[in-house]
Amino acid sequence: MSAFLSIRNLSAAIRGGPRLLRAVSLDVEVGEVRGLVGESGAGKSMIGKAVLGILPRAVEVVAGEIWLDGVDLLRLRPAERRRRIGATAALIPQDPLTALNPSRRIGRQITDRLVDILGWRRGAAEARALELLNEVRVPEPERVMRAYPHELSGGMRQRVLIASAFAAEPKLIVADEPTTALDVTVQKQILRLIAQMQARHGTALLFVTHDLGVVSKVCGSLSVLYGGLVVEETSVRDFFRAPAHPYSAALLAATPKYTDPAAGLNPVPAAVIDAVRAEVAAADRNWPHG
Amino acid sequence: MADLYTVSDLRLGLPDMTRKPLFGAAPRIGILHGLSFSVPKGEVLGIVGGSGSGKSTLGRVLVRLLEPTGGRVLFDGQDISHLPEDRLRPLRRRFQMIFQDPMSSLNPRRRIGGIIAAPLQLHGFDRISARVDEALDHVGLPRAFRHRFPHELSGGQRQRVGIARAIAMRPDFILADEIVSGLDVSSQAQVLALLAELVRDLGLTLAFISHDLSVVRRLCTSTMVLHQGRIVEHRPTDALFAAPEADYTRELLDAIPLPDPDQRWDLAAG
Repeated sequence: MSAFLSIRNLSAAIRGGPRLLRAVSLDVEVGEVRGLVGESGAGKSMIGKAVLGILPRAVEVVAGEIWLDGVDLLRLRPAERRRRIGATAALIPQDPLTALNPSRRIGRQITDRLVDILGWRRGAAEARALELLNEVRVPEPERVMRAYPHELSGGMRQRVLIASAFAAEPKLIVADEPTTALDVTVQKQILRLIAQMQARHGTALLFVTHDLGVVSKVCGSLSVLYGGLVVEETSVRDFFRAPAHPYSAALLAATPKYTDPAAGLNPVPAAVIDAVRAEVAAADRNWPHG
Repeated sequence: MADLYTVSDLRLGLPDMTRKPLFGAAPRIGILHGLSFSVPKGEVLGIVGGSGSGKSTLGRVLVRLLEPTGGRVLFDGQDISHLPEDRLRPLRRRFQMIFQDPMSSLNPRRRIGGIIAAPLQLHGFDRISARVDEALDHVGLPRAFRHRFPHELSGGQRQRVGIARAIAMRPDFILADEIVSGLDVSSQAQVLALLAELVRDLGLTLAFISHDLSVVRRLCTSTMVLHQGRIVEHRPTDALFAAPEADYTRELLDAIPLPDPDQRWDLAAG
């Protein structure tokens, strides 16, 4: 029995250009929270986008398989693929302001997905939206349904997007840096909310972040990426106890900790960067397209 | 040691344009509510707080990009709170700023050399080319980078250019407003290590605005916590982190996810 989401040797590239993902493999079980960590350009968001079928136009999947609930998405026709992803998976985006349409009311933005893509009746969709806004503890949900995004604070907008993501009971959620734009105190509330919703709904969660602190709180397992290559895949417990890959260890040593003034902020040594770049180059050795 | 800044009962209000009547002035909305503190020479002051706490506004008053509506700001003994622009100009060389987003604070059409040279020319420095080279040396960028454009640099390198532009002026004081929040942890570590070294070597006084308390902990000698335009706590960094006195400081610290799975965080509760 394979995992609920199983990515096998996935490679993606800029059309006719360099590779962005280099034979990435990872599994997310039902109820599991897997973190995808790495620095900007490591390809962590790209993996989430590939799963959801929302890669930028200039990027194409060139090899590999994405098994979602027993079906390889990449073998489906585009329309069937979209329908399947829409019915099974959802996204919690990074920036709650750009993810919401400024000129439309919150209620419509949650229910449209249910009505247009999943074929719900409008009345049922509205009842469901209200129920979810209650569940994510938005105060006065009836009023919020009629509000426009600019009337809500950043934390409230992110709650709305979480409600929207969970509305159709997806079995997989991709959260792409969902708290990066928020204050630490609001971040804590939102992380707590995501963790609770994930546990209650038993969702598989792919959590993209650059913040190892957040990973240690939310995720059970993680994949560390560099240059589109998974350099380490492990449990959160093992990672923080003893990271296996030198690059992972360097990343951890660069992360500051307010409880320990001597820890963190150590630049990644040049030798570690050189070594991990060599690994990336080695992964490209049999790559025909350059 | 002498104080570089002495701030007393600083107040600032800005016009609330959302409530401006069609005719007449907009009502003022208070941002800073009576701040008093001093910054000794050579100090690295961390200014922390949530969004909307007034930390950036305070920084902008210190370098007089904003004029206070009440109270006094003394810079090296001189009252700069209401100085007109022509009398501020000679002082401006002495307090420099490094910005959050190096992409929008570096002119995309100019080469790095021109970007660092521009303020030197404005302030009538001699040996400009040599000073640009020196500044690039200081921040650990190759001198050949003066011929490059900002888009040809990485985020960390761009932020080094921002630092080079500020230190080339030989300032007494540098305001750094969230300068590493757009960077990855590894470039963040490099930029902060560089900044700490420059502060020490050049005898600078630094105000470091950040929402990241872990970074402030590592870099700053004293820390000021702002909340809704008021100072809730301002003490030596070691003492403040060892035993935070204000409830708000404790709340901020408790909300930080440490890179440690054993930290108690109560994700399931509440």
